[in-house]
Amino acid sequence: MKTDTTAPATSRVRKTETPGRTFPRRDWTKQAPGRRGAGSYTVVAAVTVFVLAFLAPFLIILVNSFKTSADYRANGSLSWPEQWNWSILGDVWERVDFTQKLVNSIQISLGVVVIAVVLALFNAYAIGIGRIRWRTAFLVFFLGVNVLPQEGLVYPIYYLFKELGLYDGKLGYTILVGITYSAFGTYLLSSVFSTFPRELIEAASLDGAGRWTILWRIVLPMSWPTLSVMCVFFFVWSWNEFLYPLVLLISNDQQTVPLGLSVMQGQYTSDPTAMSAAALLGVIPMIVFFLVFQRSLTRGLTAGAVK
Amino acid sequence: MKTTRHRRSTGYAVFLAPGLLLSLLFLVVPLVMTFYYSLTAWQGIGTPVFTGLDNYTRLFQDADFWASFRNIAFVIVGIAIVPTVLGLFLAALLFDYIGKKHGDGIVSVFRSGLYLPQVIPVAVTGLMWGWILAPEGAVNSILDTIGLSSLVQNWLGDPGLALWVVLGVLVWMQLGYPLVLFLSGLQRIDPELYEAASLDGASWWQRFTRITVPILRPEVYVVLVTTTIAGLKVFAQIFVLTGGGPGNSTLVPAYFAYQNFFERADVGYGSAISSTITLLVLVIAGTMLTRQAREDG
Repeated sequence: MKTDTTAPATSRVRKTETPGRTFPRRDWTKQAPGRRGAGSYTVVAAVTVFVLAFLAPFLIILVNSFKTSADYRANGSLSWPEQWNWSILGDVWERVDFTQKLVNSIQISLGVVVIAVVLALFNAYAIGIGRIRWRTAFLVFFLGVNVLPQEGLVYPIYYLFKELGLYDGKLGYTILVGITYSAFGTYLLSSVFSTFPRELIEAASLDGAGRWTILWRIVLPMSWPTLSVMCVFFFVWSWNEFLYPLVLLISNDQQTVPLGLSVMQGQYTSDPTAMSAAALLGVIPMIVFFLVFQRSLTRGLTAGAVK
Repeated sequence: MKTTRHRRSTGYAVFLAPGLLLSLLFLVVPLVMTFYYSLTAWQGIGTPVFTGLDNYTRLFQDADFWASFRNIAFVIVGIAIVPTVLGLFLAALLFDYIGKKHGDGIVSVFRSGLYLPQVIPVAVTGLMWGWILAPEGAVNSILDTIGLSSLVQNWLGDPGLALWVVLGVLVWMQLGYPLVLFLSGLQRIDPELYEAASLDGASWWQRFTRITVPILRPEVYVVLVTTTIAGLKVFAQIFVLTGGGPGNSTLVPAYFAYQNFFERADVGYGSAISSTITLLVLVIAGTMLTRQAREDG
């Protein structure tokens, strides 16, 4: 999900101001866990049940990915497997050539991250720090480009990519998605840079640092917290793209993980546990990614969504 | 002074050049082409024949097009409104009740659990739900087991029901986004405010409606804007769950455009559909962002 956000920097600045408050909120929240009654445990239990029910679909595909077809037909989708059978996952892995799909998705997502972040950094450097003329107009342009629906662009892109020989190749696709995300990155970084301490830049410039030096030595290191969050988000977005790869990456050795797996759709009746295993294979990489980058994901989403 | 500033700013403009140029080439050129195609009859091969507004006249008389817009209203309910309301309620419950009595640890476990569907590819969650909702799938097994066999049905195959089921799946996919934003917004609340309200005898519900909801107004606004726009563009969810069917009962404009582009080779008509959505998205985004900018001063 794309979010229109504004300066993470501002919220961070505000946080550093809070220690001066008379009622530090940490202390206050920690005092509270004294007044637990039976009622509060009931509420916790109710929410726990809700969250577990919410996550039940994951559990259901987990148990069914290990059942043989015979086990599934005999016991239905809700029982534990008679024995944990890894061969179904293995079969699906081979059938969709999952290794190749993983390699494709990783290559593409990393490429997208690099292209999007570098372009956004340059754009935002000109707009937020260089304060070039018509910067508001440029910002509005990137904002507008950022909300464009892909279905409004996809056919001409499909046509042009065919003409240019970029169709069904990772290169053109990666560049396209990278540029698409760079619009959002430009918007986000520009507002971060608009609060950048100007004394630093002026001091460096008096010391004779050129614009490139200022960008690499001062701006880049200082905006790393925002950039790293952007990297995580662009990676996830790119991994999860659907319409563009559906249209632009059609052959087996170019496809990404989600698209490669969705070919299993409709094979339900013939092979139910294989389809479950396909869903499981698709879920696992992002769960791992989520566990590793959880902090960046939640912080990035919230950091600057609101001024 | 003026000349130095001017020189400085032209120096920085070099940094904007690649990004701007690539955006124009890869995003604006296709946009203009789509607008142009929408005024032509074209099958994707040969030369487009200019037909003026014919595609649009046809569009406004097309029952499928209106059905797709009616369905979009449902989608926006499922993607924007229900998750926002549910998210407000859950965020307040987690922050103001569970967090205070049982600590932040358990809150972040709940939050992570509810956010998880947001990072899984839609194609994969669609595959998963398609499997669970299939005629022989898990939902029907559960109903059988607990003795409600009369409710067993083809959840995504019934024209009267499919849209509601899709709406439910959308809520499931989307809930984590407002929840995470709201929970972080609540960090802003002055704890003394809640305490004072409690001392004055305000109930949980009163604190919710008088403190929590007004304070979260900016987050609610952001969530509604971004998810409404996402709702207008919705494609993957429909593609993987129902393919727009049965009939046109879950058809959405983006999928309708896709069908015309790639299944019916009616590129001109598909372009008219997608141009209409694009304009609508730009107008809505423009209005909402101008309003927000005005409020921020």
